[in-house]
Amino acid sequence: MAKHEYSYYPGCSSQKGASSSNLEKSVVTLCEELDIKLNPIPDWNCCGASIGYAGGGELPRMTLSARNLALSEKHHPDQDVVATCAACWLNTREVQERLNHNPTLKAETNIALQSVKLEYKGNKKVRHMVEVLIEDIGYDVLGSKVKKPLEGLKIAGYVGCQTNRPFGIAGESFENPMYLDKMVETLGAEALTKYDKKVACCSGALMFSEPEKGQALVKDIIESAYDSGANMIVTPCPLCQANVEIYQDDINARYKTNFDMPVMYYSQLMDVAFGRSALDAALNGNIIQSKKLREIADK
Amino acid sequence: MTTAVNQAMVEKYKGNFLKEVTDNVEEGNWVKMCMQCGVCSGSCPLGPHWDHPPQELFMMIRANKRDEVLSSTSMWMCTSCYNCVARCPRGLPITHIMHGLAHYGKRMGMKPKNQPTEKFGQMFWDNLIKKGRVNELKLGLGLYFKDGFAEGVKVSMSKQKLGLNMMKAKRMSPMEMLGGHGVSDLSGFHAMLKKAEELEAARVGTNTDAK
Repeated sequence: MAKHEYSYYPGCSSQKGASSSNLEKSVVTLCEELDIKLNPIPDWNCCGASIGYAGGGELPRMTLSARNLALSEKHHPDQDVVATCAACWLNTREVQERLNHNPTLKAETNIALQSVKLEYKGNKKVRHMVEVLIEDIGYDVLGSKVKKPLEGLKIAGYVGCQTNRPFGIAGESFENPMYLDKMVETLGAEALTKYDKKVACCSGALMFSEPEKGQALVKDIIESAYDSGANMIVTPCPLCQANVEIYQDDINARYKTNFDMPVMYYSQLMDVAFGRSALDAALNGNIIQSKKLREIADK
Repeated sequence: MTTAVNQAMVEKYKGNFLKEVTDNVEEGNWVKMCMQCGVCSGSCPLGPHWDHPPQELFMMIRANKRDEVLSSTSMWMCTSCYNCVARCPRGLPITHIMHGLAHYGKRMGMKPKNQPTEKFGQMFWDNLIKKGRVNELKLGLGLYFKDGFAEGVKVSMSKQKLGLNMMKAKRMSPMEMLGGHGVSDLSGFHAMLKKAEELEAARVGTNTDAK
């Protein structure tokens, strides 16, 4: 039996062939290293993300996350729910909080859940993978696993919005959370703690509907990383990763810039530092490669 | 085109828009708590693009500017960054109120015309409802073709390199066109959402807040 076991909510973008399948793969590798077992919630559904409100009312949206929570309560009664995606985590935790504070909504949700023969109780702890690493594993253990310190990497830690607000990580501030920098330093890389777009918004889903406005925000996020002397951005959020990485060609064309900034997940850095291969760390899943990180992985 | 329920609401609340919002909009009972400090407006990443930033919308609600609020493009500028929520000295869940106002305006038949986030958000919802999980490929293509076929071909051509990059990285799969991921208890899933929609529609005009 694994040392740590959780009821896992992977989310739509983590599925095979989806936009953050590289996050999923790197997390699987990380869990092997840390003796963590993630038990996927059987038949989980989408959380509605941030823009579900255009089509879904409050109750239908709440019901989405309530179904996932009820499935977790039923199948994994003694395990905390863990999500790797910022929006999945935020929605699930927020829905539980709001249902538990509003008896009418909770009662109605449970009426709707009768259609799938489930009951929502609302007694789960809903956690982000980052919380598992910090609170259940700890920086010391993470540090002790490092076989290849990430020397030469100068990293702008981009926490973004939804991993940070409105809940965030216990003991961290909304305006300047330090945990990502601490993780980076634990792995032997240099954390650029003065990076001033750490908690700025990448425009989220509006990157799709309002690309000009979205790219203007991302341009500042990348520019600030260069100004801080970074050779890499690292983030915990799938949508931040995609928005900051994949439109760099468009941004270069629009603003006459020469951006070529790798944007990695914390889990990919850990995999490489813990001695795992480039393949296990899902480095092929990035469009812009970091030569330095790959050299360390191939060493 | 406004809806029948819109007429019913106008008659029911007779010029008390704040009461209407309190009773019907998601987290709308918080609106009366706003003290007009403007921290929300100053904290918004897309602040310059709002015709009426949140603080102004709250005052307009009190001033009975019903049509102006419900048909505004402003709420549709919310990126859900939660900066306003984290900073509001009165603790208003502003992000949720913005989502709620946008949804309520739409339900009243007053959504702004050709608002891209309204269109994309609806596409997203329809996409996730269909199979219980989001099909990113169909969502992306739907977005490219949202303004008609000719425009769609043009946009798709301009995005060709991005698509190839994503496929090379195995973060986009053409297989998603053929079915793709989804929940297995699809009929139960649909029945559950239908029930939730019915329950919500049945209590329009009543405040669900426990307080």
